[in-house]
Amino acid sequence: MKHANSTSHLSVKERAKNAVQDEFLRNAVRFTTDRLRNRKQAVTESFGQWEVWRERGEQIRAHTIANLDAYLAQFIERLEAVGVHVHFAVDSSEATDAVLSIIQSKKARKVVKSKSMVSEEIHINQHLEANGITVVETDLGEYIIQLAKETPSHIIIPSIHKSREQIRDLFENAGATQLTTETRDLTAFARRTLRSEFLSAEIGITGCNFGIAETGSVVLFTNEGNADMVMNLPPTHIVLMGMERILPTLADLEVMAHLLPKSATGQNVITYMSMLTGPKRSADRDGATEMHVVILDNGRSRQLGDEQFQAVLHCIRCGACLNVCPVYRHMGGHAYGSVYPGPIGAVLSPLLEKGEQYSDLPYASSLCGACFEACPVRIPLHDMLVQHRQKLVASGHGNPSERMAFKGYENIFAKPGRYRLSIKMARKFLSPLAKEGKIRSSFGPLAGWTKSRDFPMLPKQSFREIWPSLKRE
Amino acid sequence: MKVSLFITCMVDSIFPQVGVSMTKILQSLGCEVLFPSSQTCCGQPAFNSGYSKEARSVAISMINAFQESDVIVSPSGSCVGMIRHFYPELFSDSPEWHEKALSLANRTYEFSQFLIQILKVETLGARFPYTVTYHPSCHGSRLLGIEDEPIRLLKQVEELQLIELPYAQDCCGFGGTFAVKMSEISGAMVEEKTSHVLESGASVLVGTDMGCLMNIGGRLSRKGSNVRVMHLAELLYEGRQLAKGVDAQ
Repeated sequence: MKHANSTSHLSVKERAKNAVQDEFLRNAVRFTTDRLRNRKQAVTESFGQWEVWRERGEQIRAHTIANLDAYLAQFIERLEAVGVHVHFAVDSSEATDAVLSIIQSKKARKVVKSKSMVSEEIHINQHLEANGITVVETDLGEYIIQLAKETPSHIIIPSIHKSREQIRDLFENAGATQLTTETRDLTAFARRTLRSEFLSAEIGITGCNFGIAETGSVVLFTNEGNADMVMNLPPTHIVLMGMERILPTLADLEVMAHLLPKSATGQNVITYMSMLTGPKRSADRDGATEMHVVILDNGRSRQLGDEQFQAVLHCIRCGACLNVCPVYRHMGGHAYGSVYPGPIGAVLSPLLEKGEQYSDLPYASSLCGACFEACPVRIPLHDMLVQHRQKLVASGHGNPSERMAFKGYENIFAKPGRYRLSIKMARKFLSPLAKEGKIRSSFGPLAGWTKSRDFPMLPKQSFREIWPSLKRE
Repeated sequence: MKVSLFITCMVDSIFPQVGVSMTKILQSLGCEVLFPSSQTCCGQPAFNSGYSKEARSVAISMINAFQESDVIVSPSGSCVGMIRHFYPELFSDSPEWHEKALSLANRTYEFSQFLIQILKVETLGARFPYTVTYHPSCHGSRLLGIEDEPIRLLKQVEELQLIELPYAQDCCGFGGTFAVKMSEISGAMVEEKTSHVLESGASVLVGTDMGCLMNIGGRLSRKGSNVRVMHLAELLYEGRQLAKGVDAQ
């Protein structure tokens, strides 16, 4: 799941420090996330009963994940009954191998893709390109990112960090001439270019927003219509999906069809909701003649039965938590160093990837809880961030000086006498540093604070020292 | 009513005037105010950093400190949120302490909620002839569920002109140890928050949590701004003194 950008050896703190310097990035992220969250607010207010819908969404997802084995079995059975080839991949290398062998069995050279976070998670493009296969992203944002040789920085708006000018330059490098920065011109170039790719590709790869267990249908939500081209024009269609993407029935899909677009982009309804049940039948006018579904585990099943983290599998990948997260707002998606950025990424990445690669991501949060408030299926992300920290401390992997600091905290704050003494000592210790009641000099643990803020000098008397005079009144 | 103060470590050591204001308001409303002196801190710094064992030790000393108290009132939505939501969870493996934690949680109130919900007080007879903007702290609003209680209290203050804070619901970047650990991001967050405070044009920023206010105030001070930063209790107390014609300072 490692990020393709070359900063993953840095800590999230260091990456954040670099990202904060990038005014351009921060303006771009602020501009777009503001628009998305304002639209979401307007659309959910006019829709009404939003909290009731959220609760319904949570119930559906919790029920599905609690019974995932049964619904997954039903889904696979229905898929096979309608003529779909099903592949189950334990990890990303099994998934990429499955995709590659399908492509090689067709002697295919060109793949068109629609947007899929699972495809990012398993780095399918790199893998296919290394095997001489041309991969073309057809979602506009993904196309831009592919031309820039970057990775998405948002799970819904992959190129959120790119400006019109940068996009124009990328398109000109890809052969466009005399482009303006008007949306119409930019999209017209992408349309023209991608049209011929759709027609010449032998394989189409899509993601899957929901798999319906009762019907064996694959459901895709898109705004550009590109996924319909990807799944219908090439003769072979491969679906990549996370194993948790299941919904029991079409009635459940109705709830998600309200929750997902409203939360993701503030759209009342999605532009295209495409439902695909099996490959082309003889009476169908179009469609892929062969359809494969690759179902990916890659660390998901480890969360089943985990009291604290199972609910992370409820996520419907709407990105609403990114749009309201103040940390995401100021450092953007790439600074997370994971395919999945934002609050959901900070919770999910260390769960999917064993080991310590993402163990510092749960600290990239002020625990303000805006993510939980925005989540359409009420995943308690802010609690999970703390639980991650607890897990890390309990496993003995915490920072040693921090461990000592909190041991010291316990020794002082669990003992009222020591606590009283420590206030007096802190006053004495800080007083040489204060000027006009303010501490500005950067020293020790306060350095991070005083870099951008003043710290108040401790007053001569604490409340408990004043208390006897108040009590007498 | 006998009311015990949970003053919080931050108000105790850094902002005692908040505690003084709160005490005087509660006394003037007829409460018998008590201060259990063995109280320290809610344990949140350790808890939020993942040190639950250390947070538990501190929570035990807090539960003991308030064992005899009927009702506990605190000038922090964040610390009350910690007690209400996380104390019971901290002791989920010990029925005895879980019971005690639940009991403390059910007796503990944040200041503005206590005035409105328990004392049913809306009007304090205060006058405060300034423009004021209000920052709703995240833990107070999202974790504890403070809604319009502070606003209702501010709206009854004579001559106070309440101005809406742009992006009010956005975190100020305090987040306890976050402010030190992820200081660059925290600094960017408080910079944006203070720019909204200045944009509002208000001469006073009021809130219900001194952590956030110390953060926002520290940045305002660094920027050389003269916006005054006050806890709701301070503003209400000073407003009452002004109405009485007494200089609170």
